[in-house]
Amino acid sequence: MKSFESKSNKQVFIEGIRDGFPIALGYLAVAFSLGIIARKSNFNPIQGFINSVLNHASAGEYAVYTVVAAGAGYVEMAIMTLVVNARYMLMSTALSQKFSSKTSMLHRILVGFTVTDELFAITIKRPGHIKPLYNYAAFLIAVLGWSFGTAFGIIAGELMPIRLVSAFSVALYGMFLACIMPEARNHRIVTVLIIISFILSFIASKASIFSGISSGTKTIILTVVIASVAAIIFPHPEVEDDD
Amino acid sequence: MTNTYIYILVAGIVSTIVRVLPVTLFTKPIKSRFIRSFLYYVPYVTLAVMTFPAIIDATQSKISGILALVSGTVAAWFNMSLFKVACICCAVVFISELILV
Repeated sequence: MKSFESKSNKQVFIEGIRDGFPIALGYLAVAFSLGIIARKSNFNPIQGFINSVLNHASAGEYAVYTVVAAGAGYVEMAIMTLVVNARYMLMSTALSQKFSSKTSMLHRILVGFTVTDELFAITIKRPGHIKPLYNYAAFLIAVLGWSFGTAFGIIAGELMPIRLVSAFSVALYGMFLACIMPEARNHRIVTVLIIISFILSFIASKASIFSGISSGTKTIILTVVIASVAAIIFPHPEVEDDD
Repeated sequence: MTNTYIYILVAGIVSTIVRVLPVTLFTKPIKSRFIRSFLYYVPYVTLAVMTFPAIIDATQSKISGILALVSGTVAAWFNMSLFKVACICCAVVFISELILV
């Protein structure tokens, strides 16, 4: 622990770049598929790039594109972003426990800004207190992959044959599956909730009483209802704390 | 489409608040069992709702979308990386549509 804490800033920064690099490669490919979706919502490459830098969240940005495509309002945009990014509250809360008391508020805010599923995962795995420089390095390289990937997807989506567009358009859903299924494997209740979510989402997309509601609003309603009921009936066991 | 930037800004501000607020506010774990449970379930439910049936409407053929869903689920179940799962889904759609479409 002693030697870990005394690593030089340069060393910490290089470690961040090293760990961020494979994440950046994955982001590049996934963001490309996000760019194809962004294109359908009439985003230009610069708008896609800015959105990816500011939001750097697959589900969050996907929500932006669906809300814009549906022509919904800013309030819906805000609520939707809040709901689909609610998991970052948990991650940010977990990280808040790992800061040294000496870390300044500015560093806390900046590290909070860098939270994504993958960066959270590599941060929480590191022993000792959070080294903000590590997170900045990993974020820097990862967000470059993410943002350029989005812009490329918007540009090249047009040039790509329809077969490839069709194939790439499922990359994002593949990523969503990769985020939820490992937890489903370990917790049966999560498996059940995912199946219920699939079924209710399918019904909501077909049932005529929901036809006047945008897909963004449907997602909000279904999420709040299903997660609330689950939280009441199956309060989460406190196992999540031991990571 | 100038208001696209306002949408981006609204989402950017909200997602930044979501990320930053807990780090700055919470020095102790959240006590409420309900809120902890709710926040724990939210990502899985949201992502599941957003995945299906959207995945079968994204592709040229519904069958290839279903195949991508099944193979992606199996790959993710066995803890394959995010990148690999995404690639498998893409490959399954591409190959199956060579036959189906």
